Amino acid sequence: MTRFLTTVSRRDFVRVGLVLGGGLMVSVYGCGPNGEELQTGTTPDGSLAPNAFLRIDTNGNVFVTSKHLEMGQGVHTGLATIIADELDADWSRVTVEGAGADDKKYGNSKIGGMQGTGGSTAIANSWTQHRTAGATARAMLITAAANQWSVPAAELITEPGEVVHAASKRRATYGSLVTAAAALPVPANVPLKDPKSFRYIGKDKATTPRVDAKAKSNGTAVFTQDVKLPGMLTAVVAHAPLFGGTVKSFDGARAKAVPGVVDVVQIPTGIAVLAQHFWAAKQGRDALVVQWDNASANTLGTAEIMAQYRDAAQKPGIGIRNDGDAEKAIAGAATTVEATYEFPFLAHASMEPLNCVVELKADSASIWNSNQFPTVDRGAVAKVFGFEPEKITMHTVFAGGSFGRRANPHSDYVVEAATIAKAISGRAPVKLVWTREDDTSAGYFRPAMLHRLRGGVDAAGMPVAWWQRVVGQNMMIGTMFDSKDGKDPSAYEGAADHPYEIANVFLDAVFPKVGVPVQWWRSVGNTHTAFAVEMFVDEMAHAAGKDPLEFRRALLTKDPRRLAVMNLAAEKAGWGTPAAAGRARGIAVHKSFDTYVAEVAEVSIVNGVPRVHKVTCAVDCGIVVNPDVVRAQVEGAVAFGLGAALYGRIDIDKGRVVTTNFDRYRVLRHAEMPVVDVHIVPSGEAPTGIGEPATPPIGPAVANALLALTGKPTRTLPLVS
Amino acid sequence: MASITINGTSHDVTADPATPLLWVIRDVVGLTGTKYGCGIAQCGACTVHLDGAPVRSCSVPLSAVGTKHVTTIEGLSVDSTHAVQQAWVELQVPQCGYCQSGQIMSAVALLDRKPSPTDAEIDSAMQGNICRCGTYQRIHAAVQRAAEMKRAIA
Repeated sequence: MTRFLTTVSRRDFVRVGLVLGGGLMVSVYGCGPNGEELQTGTTPDGSLAPNAFLRIDTNGNVFVTSKHLEMGQGVHTGLATIIADELDADWSRVTVEGAGADDKKYGNSKIGGMQGTGGSTAIANSWTQHRTAGATARAMLITAAANQWSVPAAELITEPGEVVHAASKRRATYGSLVTAAAALPVPANVPLKDPKSFRYIGKDKATTPRVDAKAKSNGTAVFTQDVKLPGMLTAVVAHAPLFGGTVKSFDGARAKAVPGVVDVVQIPTGIAVLAQHFWAAKQGRDALVVQWDNASANTLGTAEIMAQYRDAAQKPGIGIRNDGDAEKAIAGAATTVEATYEFPFLAHASMEPLNCVVELKADSASIWNSNQFPTVDRGAVAKVFGFEPEKITMHTVFAGGSFGRRANPHSDYVVEAATIAKAISGRAPVKLVWTREDDTSAGYFRPAMLHRLRGGVDAAGMPVAWWQRVVGQNMMIGTMFDSKDGKDPSAYEGAADHPYEIANVFLDAVFPKVGVPVQWWRSVGNTHTAFAVEMFVDEMAHAAGKDPLEFRRALLTKDPRRLAVMNLAAEKAGWGTPAAAGRARGIAVHKSFDTYVAEVAEVSIVNGVPRVHKVTCAVDCGIVVNPDVVRAQVEGAVAFGLGAALYGRIDIDKGRVVTTNFDRYRVLRHAEMPVVDVHIVPSGEAPTGIGEPATPPIGPAVANALLALTGKPTRTLPLVS
Repeated sequence: MASITINGTSHDVTADPATPLLWVIRDVVGLTGTKYGCGIAQCGACTVHLDGAPVRSCSVPLSAVGTKHVTTIEGLSVDSTHAVQQAWVELQVPQCGYCQSGQIMSAVALLDRKPSPTDAEIDSAMQGNICRCGTYQRIHAAVQRAAEMKRAIA
């Protein structure tokens, strides 16, 4: 990374350093404080609310307000764990609620102070803030008890939900103390616990089970899809079949004739059919007759786009890294290796198709949705309605997955919902529901990418040169994150700063313009850079006749945390011992979102198709708040990345997306799930990301196993066509 | 007007007979635990039971339900105490949770039919239920755990 710093401007580094994973963000909002401005603990009902993150009522119930969206990653549980530990709360009395939109209260210091969930930053940015929030409330409860009992505060301790004075054997529940505590000034600089006395942080699921597990096992968890308001209409929209297409003309008569259909309106993104329920709205949409204007639409297919990328890869791009002289070193190398890796467009394909509920009133509005960027979405809706953003209330509910999609920088589907509500002048609340096909056809895909690699190995089998050209769309153009210098650092994150100690390294990047909307997808650029780097390392090791693990060890002498996860995964996987008959192992290691993950995949080929039997993972994400949630995120990220590596591919034909549902957009299914064995490296470092970092290594680990098994490298994803 | 029985309660519903059962359950009757995921019986999020057999309610028209009894996630237990639900919580299966009603309904139907399913039988019964969060490993273990719990009670 130090070397990387010398080759890019400080501004670029800030951008790279702040890459979000389901999103990418820079400090465009100004670095506000971290929402920890402490005001007053007083509330009308006598409960204690010393900061924006928790409230304790007179019954002793603790309500944690999550500034981050719960989309499956366990953040409600994680934030509650941090607060409950410093507060010494009774875990069984902790409830978590989603916050509204407010950068000042709920800003994320890792993304420039804007409220946002992404980049695997939730725990990292909340760690000290939420410890402080819990400790502050605890200090106020202790002071209240000390005043009540006329004893020095120093003689008091806390046990879950109670303040205790051991000498006099007196105990008081938090509920009984909150009203007195709330009248006290909120103290500053409250000391935090010695980590040795953590009660919940780092403990397993028996101590701090997920706060949402039960509601998600009995159908009561509320997603946007489940929000119902009196008089609400459901809207289904006919979108242009080509990206960039617009409505030329339409006839809504047949749609209006469908029983249950209430209205048909034109909006900037198409024709919306509003009905009393989804099925009528969908039948109505199917009955629409629309003429589309495709004059400025994309008519290219994926085959043409990839052909353009292959041409682009032959021409110089924007220089990103240049150590030594890679061309000269390749010319003088004993062995040279060349490879071009191609990556398809990928859809996020969350289980809950995109949707949004809008209630528009004369001078205010309410939105029910699950937003990764609530203040961005609120701002976009405010523009549609011509209101001040503060007039719009954001209700944050559970997201049925997102993987970055609900962090759209244009607030695409949220704005669409707002335009429909406006088109009917707010006569009824509107629930916009996208069908699966709408969701998968709408774009904002992980961009298709191409990496061209050339390397040189010396007579001793050690690499002397690394040359890399990255080709793909700049996903920042047209967003508030556009650097306007033509570069998109997410395209080469994890590649330009690859850690392998090679004397001559060159990387440049080409950003062709393509009319397909693209966006961050779980782990952003690392989804392809980790594959290109880790596959190419194995290709060089293969050419040099070296064991891939030993080859990496020799090139990672200055990166102890990376080396440690690699060695741990290798040891636990039995690297060096023979795999079962017909199987081979592959290894990959990658750092993203400040977290190190190594994975060893054990693979065979069954009926001509790769079968991944087992994935052994080692992860170093600093201090672990909830080990079981960390394991779950690693298991899930492996499944997500493996599904993409095996099957994931959006096909576009003459501009039209043809892989629009799960029959053609294949994802990982139950029987294809490998055994995932997760090992966590103990650490005293501050927590880093966990939602995304286990995604990047799985593709190359599998491909490297296939190289070991068959001698053939993987040059095009997905593996199964 | 049609009459359908959901979770033991009879409902008179006014809907086009071609309306998929899913939308009758969600939008007409108002039970929202059953989810929409794909609309073409590919993802399993809408799985419910028709006379105990798992079906993808997005692809069953109201007219095909007739007098068969529909069971949704809300009808499994009043207090989340069905063995499969208990196993789901014990093994901390859900992440985003959106697919889990359908996963649980498929698992319940499997265990009703096969109290001690093999790995291959679990794979086969659960293959139609997609989870994008990738909770399959835990789902598999939770089905086995629920089978164990049910056998202990039986």
